Amino acid sequence: MRNVVVVGYGMAGARLADEIRRRDPKADRVAVTVLGDEAHPAYNRVLLSSVVAGSLTPEAVRLHDEDWAARHHVDLRLGGSVTKIDRTRRVVHVDDTEVPYDALVLATGARSWVPPTDGLLDGNGDLAPGVVAFRSLDDCARIVDKASPGTPVAVLGGGLLGLEAARGLAGRGCLVTVVHPVGHLMERQLDAGAGRVLAATLNGLGIEFRLGVLATRYVPGDGLELNDGTHVPADLVVVSAGVRAETGLAEQAGIDVDRGILVDDALRTSDPRVHAIGDCAQHVGTVSGLVQPAWEQAAVLADRLTGAAPAARYAGTTVVTRLKARDVDLAALGDVHVGVDSADDEVLCFQDPARGRYAKLVLRDDKVTGAIVLGAPDAAAAITQLFDRGLPAPTDRLALLLGRALPAENEASPADLPASAVVCRCNTVSKGQLVSAWRAGATTISAIAEVTRASTGCGGCKDAVCGIVDWLAASQPQSA
Amino acid sequence: MTIENGKVSPREFPTNRGGLCQKGWTSAELLTSPARLTTPLVRRDGELRPATWDEALDVVAAKLRALREEHGPDAVGVFGGGGLTNEKSYALGKFARVALGTSQIDYNGRFCMSSAAAAGMKAFGLDRGMPFPVTDLDDAGAVLLVGGNPAETMPPFVQHLKNAELIVIDPRRTATAELATLHLQPAPGTDLALALGLLHSAVADGHLDQRYLDDRTTGFEDAWRIAASWWPERVERVTGVPVADQRAAVRILAEARNAYILTGRGTEQHASGADTVSAWINLALALGLPGTKGSGYGCLTGQGNGQGGREHGQKADQLPGYRKITDPDARDHVMGVWGVDDLPGPGRSAYELLDALGQPGGPKALLVFGSNVIVSAPRSQHVADRLKALDLLVVADLVLSETAAVADVVLPVTQWAEEGGTMTNLEGRVLLRQVAVEPPEGVRSDLDVLQGLATRLGQPAERFPTEPEVVFEELRRASKGGLADYSGVTYERLRQGEALHWPVVGESTPRNFLDRFAHPDGRARFVPVEHRGPAELPDAEYPLQATTGRVLQHYQSGAQTRLVRELNQAEPEAYVEVHPDTATRAGVRDGQLASVVSRRGRTVARVRCVPSMRVDLVFLPFHFAGEGRANLLTNPVLDPTSRMPEFKVCAVRLESV
Repeated sequence: MRNVVVVGYGMAGARLADEIRRRDPKADRVAVTVLGDEAHPAYNRVLLSSVVAGSLTPEAVRLHDEDWAARHHVDLRLGGSVTKIDRTRRVVHVDDTEVPYDALVLATGARSWVPPTDGLLDGNGDLAPGVVAFRSLDDCARIVDKASPGTPVAVLGGGLLGLEAARGLAGRGCLVTVVHPVGHLMERQLDAGAGRVLAATLNGLGIEFRLGVLATRYVPGDGLELNDGTHVPADLVVVSAGVRAETGLAEQAGIDVDRGILVDDALRTSDPRVHAIGDCAQHVGTVSGLVQPAWEQAAVLADRLTGAAPAARYAGTTVVTRLKARDVDLAALGDVHVGVDSADDEVLCFQDPARGRYAKLVLRDDKVTGAIVLGAPDAAAAITQLFDRGLPAPTDRLALLLGRALPAENEASPADLPASAVVCRCNTVSKGQLVSAWRAGATTISAIAEVTRASTGCGGCKDAVCGIVDWLAASQPQSA
Repeated sequence: MTIENGKVSPREFPTNRGGLCQKGWTSAELLTSPARLTTPLVRRDGELRPATWDEALDVVAAKLRALREEHGPDAVGVFGGGGLTNEKSYALGKFARVALGTSQIDYNGRFCMSSAAAAGMKAFGLDRGMPFPVTDLDDAGAVLLVGGNPAETMPPFVQHLKNAELIVIDPRRTATAELATLHLQPAPGTDLALALGLLHSAVADGHLDQRYLDDRTTGFEDAWRIAASWWPERVERVTGVPVADQRAAVRILAEARNAYILTGRGTEQHASGADTVSAWINLALALGLPGTKGSGYGCLTGQGNGQGGREHGQKADQLPGYRKITDPDARDHVMGVWGVDDLPGPGRSAYELLDALGQPGGPKALLVFGSNVIVSAPRSQHVADRLKALDLLVVADLVLSETAAVADVVLPVTQWAEEGGTMTNLEGRVLLRQVAVEPPEGVRSDLDVLQGLATRLGQPAERFPTEPEVVFEELRRASKGGLADYSGVTYERLRQGEALHWPVVGESTPRNFLDRFAHPDGRARFVPVEHRGPAELPDAEYPLQATTGRVLQHYQSGAQTRLVRELNQAEPEAYVEVHPDTATRAGVRDGQLASVVSRRGRTVARVRCVPSMRVDLVFLPFHFAGEGRANLLTNPVLDPTSRMPEFKVCAVRLESV
C-alpha cells in the first residue's frame, strides 16, 4: 500500500483526497493522510464572498462534514503545524511527531499579501485592530462581525476578490470605498474601457472608488490616508491586495521554488517523490490562485498516485474570470489586450456605458481568443461556451454579441405572413389553407375550425386564426 | 375521443379539454388502413407468407418448446410495450414467468420513463408520474418544465400551462420554449449541473423552505455538500446558462404561490438520467413543493400507457402492483394469485436483453408485443443484427412494422378502438377503453394470442383469460397491497365515470403524499448526486453533438403514423436540424440530404437550417425507418440504476452525401 501524505486541507488538499477516494474508494491501493493547520474541516474558499455578503452561512460552505475522514478511510490530522520535511528519511515533522510518506503532496496554498502601508501591521507583525485580510473563513467572521449597516469600510485592492468583498459589504449596507493603486479596476483581466464601465456599475450599487492612488497610512478608528492627500474614513479595512504562494516548507527542504513551488506536467517538484498542487504550485510560469486549476491538478495527480492513469499529465487550465457579485455580470477570458485595429485579429467592441454594458471580442480564425463581456449575461454565457469548447463563432457577429440568435420578428400582421406559414401547429394548418377554407365559405371561427381543424388542439392559435378571419373579412370588397 | 362511422371526434376530458392534435383527428385512418395485417404470416423459404392462426401458433409453440428443452427457460425472451393496456401488460408478464418460465422480459418503457421512475422511488418511495391530477396545474403560479416539449408531443396538454409563468429547460428553442417566460438552454448532457446550480441559488438567495425540510424530508445536508460546489458562475461555464437566468428561474418558482417541476425525456434519457431526475426532485424538495397541495414534482408520460405499463409486471425487475420481484413477500403474494409455486427472478433490462440475443447465454427466441425495436432501440443497426441471430423472432403488431418485417412469425392484433381494457394515464388515473368498432376478420387480441400460446405450452386455458375484464379482476387481486394498488378499481366504477387515481383500495387517491411520503418514516429523501456529463464528448473526428426527439405528426417509431396520409405528407422523411453556419462548414445546404455519422452508424436526413440551434448541436426526430433512423447513431451506454440508454446525446459529424 502506498502512503500518500497531503500537507494542507484547503480546496486543493481536500479535493485531492476526494479524487483519490473516488478512484480507490476502499483504500485498497493508497493510504491517505491529510495534515491541516486550521482546526475545522475544509471549506470552499470560492464561496467566502457569499459568506461576506450574507447569502451563505459559514456552515454551508464546508466541503466536508465531521465524519468525512472516517467514512472515506482518510487519516485526517487537524490543528498541527508541519515544521519540516526530511526528504532523505521521507518523513514530515508535525509538531513532535513524524509522518512517513512514499509520496508527499504540498497543497499549502497561499497567504494574503499586505501592502506596505504604515499602520496596517502592529508591533508584532500582526494585522492592526480594524484590519482584516480576506482569505479565510475566520477572516470572514471578523469582517461580518464589524460590517453593520452604515459602517464605513475601506477595501484595499480593486482586483476580483476585492470587488466581490466590496459588493457583498455594500449589500449589507456598509459605506464601501475601494482603494486601488492602478488607474482602472481588475487591470489584469480588463482594459481601461471595461474597467470604467465596471466602476460605474458598482458605483450605482453604492461603492466609491479611489483609483490610481496608494494608501500611505492607516489610523485605527479613523481610516486611511492616501498619497494624493485625501482621506478615506474606515472603521474596517479589508485587505485584498493579492496573495503569495506558501513556499516556506519547500524552500527549507531544498526544493526548487520561484514565485511558487516549481512543478512539471506530472505535478512533480524537483524531488520526484514530492508534488505540489493548487495556489502554492507554479506550473509553466503560472501561479494561478484559482480553484479550477487546483481541481484539475488534483484530478491528474489522483490519476497518477492511484495508478488509475499513471501517465496523466496536467496541461494547464484555460481560465475564465467571472466576477461573483450580485447584479453585476462580468466575464473576462483569454487575451483581451488587443486593439480594434489589430492586423492579426478580428476585434469587435461594443460600448454602452449609460446602461452598464461593454463587450469586447477578439477572434482569430473565427475562434474566440479573448473577450470581456459586462452587463450582457446571455452573451457572457454563450461566448464562454464558444471559448471553452473551441467552437467557431457564428458568422452573425451581432447575434454573437447578443448571446443568442436574433429573436423572431414580432407577430407579423396576417397580411404579411407567407401562405406557407403554419398557423395551427397541432394540426399543421397553414395560412394558405385557412384562406382557401374562408374563400370556400367557412367564414366564421367555428366553421373554419370544423373544416381545417385549426385551433382544435391546444387552442393556442385561436387569436391568430381570429386575426386571419378578421383580416380576410376586412379585405373583402364591400358589397353595395 | 369517440369514434362513429370511421370518424373521430373529441370528447371533453380533463387531460385534453376537448382538444385533439393531428394524430388524434386522423387516428381512425389506421383502423381501415390497407397496410393493416389481417392474417398471420410465417416465414417460409425466406419469405413471410400468410398462414392460419393454428399454423402460426403451432409453429411458434413447437419452436419455443424445443428451445426451452435444449437451453432452458431463459432461452426465450419477451419484449413488451408501454402502449399495451394494463390487462395485456399484466398478462404478458404472467405469460413470460408462468407459461415460459423465463426471467427474460422487459419492455420499451425502459427507454421511456425508467429514470424518472427510479428517482421517484428513491425520493418518495413511490413512482406515480404525476402524483396529482393534471388539472391542478391550471392553478399553478409557475411551472418549470425540464426536457419536455408538449407543444409538439401532446399539444392539448399545453392548455394546463396557460396560467403559469412557464420556465422551459431545453438545449433547443422548441415550440414549447417559444411559449415560455424564461427559456434556459443548457449544453446537451449538462442538466444535472444545472439542477445542482439551481439548488445552490435556492439556498444562496434565501428560498429554502426550512420548515418543510425539517418536517417532511431527510438528507438535505449531503445533497447540499455537493450543490455547494456548484455555484452559479461555475454552472454557467459548464452549461452555458447565464447566472442571471439561473437565479431568475429559482426566484420565479419560489415566489409563485403554487409551483411545479415537471421532467420529460430530454433530461431523463441519459446514462446519468436517474441522478439527473434526483437532482430536479432535490430542487423541488428544497422549495417545499412535493406533497404540498397545489404544488409538486411530476414526470410527463411518454407513451399511451406509459404509467400503467410499468406497474403490472412486464418490467424485468417487477411483479404486478409495482412489486419488486426480489421481495419474498411480493413473490409469495403473486404466486398465490397465479396458483404456482415458483417464479423466475429478475432478468436483463431492455437494451441488455436485445444486446444478448443470439449470444452465448442469451435468448435464442424473442416475442415482441407492441414495440418496434429496430427503429426505437439505441444503436439500432446492432439491434437489427442481434435479431437476425435469433432462432425465432415473433412479432405481434397491427401493421408490418420494420421489426415485424424481419420476424419469423407475425401475428396480427387488434388496436385501440377494437379492444377493451384499461390504461393508466399520466396522472395515475385508470381509464376504461371500450370496444367501439369490430376488428377486421382474421385479427385477434393480444390476450387471445397469449392464451393460444400458453395452452400449446401446456397451460390451462383458464389461467390466461381473453376477456379484459376477467384479466382485470385478477390484476386487482395481484396488485392488492402493492404500491400501485388497483384492488378498489372495477370496470363498473369506471363505466360510471368515476375518476380513480391509484392507489385505490376503497377511495381514489387523486393526490399522493399530502400527509406522508411512501417511505417507512413518511419522509421524502434527498439523494446526493454529482454531475457526470455526457458519456461521449465531441472530439476532432466527431465534433458535434446529436440529440433526438419527436415531431407532432408522428408517434414513437412512426410505424403507425407514417401510414396515415395526412401525417406523412406533413412530415414525410427524416431530417436534421442544424445551425446555418454548421451546415455551411460541413458543406451541406438547407433542403439537401446529408449524413450524420457517429461511432455506431450513419443516418441520412434532409438538412433544415435553424438559426436558434447551438452551433455544436444537431437534432434528429426518431420516427423514421431505414437509413433515416436516428437511433443508428445513439449511444447504448446505460444508466447504472435505471438501465436507461443515453438517447439524448452522442458525438457526431455532419457530411455531405
